[in-house]
Amino acid sequence: MRNTFKRKIFDSIVWPVSLLLAFGLLIDDASAGTKGFSATNATWKAECGSCHLAYPPGLLPAPAWRRMMAGLDKHFGTDASIDARTAAEIGAFLENNAGQGKRGSDSGTLRVSETPWFRRKHDEVAASTWKNPKVRTAANCTACHAGAERADFDEHAVRIPR
Amino acid sequence: MRTFRSIVGLLLAGLLGLSGFTASAATPVEIQRSFEPAARAGTPGFSGFSAARGQQFFSSAHGNDWSCTSCHTASPVAPGRHAKTGKEIAALAPAANPQRFTDAAKVEKWFKRNCNDVLGRICSAQEKGDVLAYLMSLAK
Repeated sequence: MRNTFKRKIFDSIVWPVSLLLAFGLLIDDASAGTKGFSATNATWKAECGSCHLAYPPGLLPAPAWRRMMAGLDKHFGTDASIDARTAAEIGAFLENNAGQGKRGSDSGTLRVSETPWFRRKHDEVAASTWKNPKVRTAANCTACHAGAERADFDEHAVRIPR
Repeated sequence: MRTFRSIVGLLLAGLLGLSGFTASAATPVEIQRSFEPAARAGTPGFSGFSAARGQQFFSSAHGNDWSCTSCHTASPVAPGRHAKTGKEIAALAPAANPQRFTDAAKVEKWFKRNCNDVLGRICSAQEKGDVLAYLMSLAK
């Protein structure tokens, strides 16, 4: 009798609550950083997009963007320095829309392709694909994600060049 | 009639406002001229800018891996390509791209960055003026 009661409590409260929690986590993770991909800013697009794809702010956590913006004079081997006012505007835009959830934890790297979630997402990509002259580097999102300029990284739309 | 006049007046005011707004717009010649005082001060016996010297400077390596041509190609009337990322770079010569060298702040931004990459230092006013002379000498 007591066990049945316990069972009922379990069925009616614990299960639904944990399901709700799990569902909430899923939703949270799926929507984590949506803003970081849809958000746009003309200065960011123009300045960050002159030498390479303007990487969406949701790709890196806020602390990484802060370090990136503090070292633009030595930006992956080139001088990408900008005036203080422009840097402040872009920095705020990047941090306000930075990665959340799995893309929100700072692994210390400034390279998107070295972050744990990026590696996990791309672990099935063959080594030969990365070396393909049409791909060359993991920084070349557009090679496989045709919609990268619009921050569309939908995996169903991926076309790996041969 | 009065309405017409006020509309014309508004349009004129708007145009004036617009030209005031774009007061920073310059021509390549004006930008090159702005390098002259510093070039005069920095180069003993300064004798103007030279397209030939500019071309030599543009196509040479200066101790680092890259020269200007690494991204802008040896024919700057054509689009170039970023040596590292592969992203297309619009043509640099004003004859092929009228937007080039019309914004002094933009010119300074890119000279600073690119001279640092190619030479590991900022460029002198003489060097910048020579490069401009070269680029302005190119026809489409």
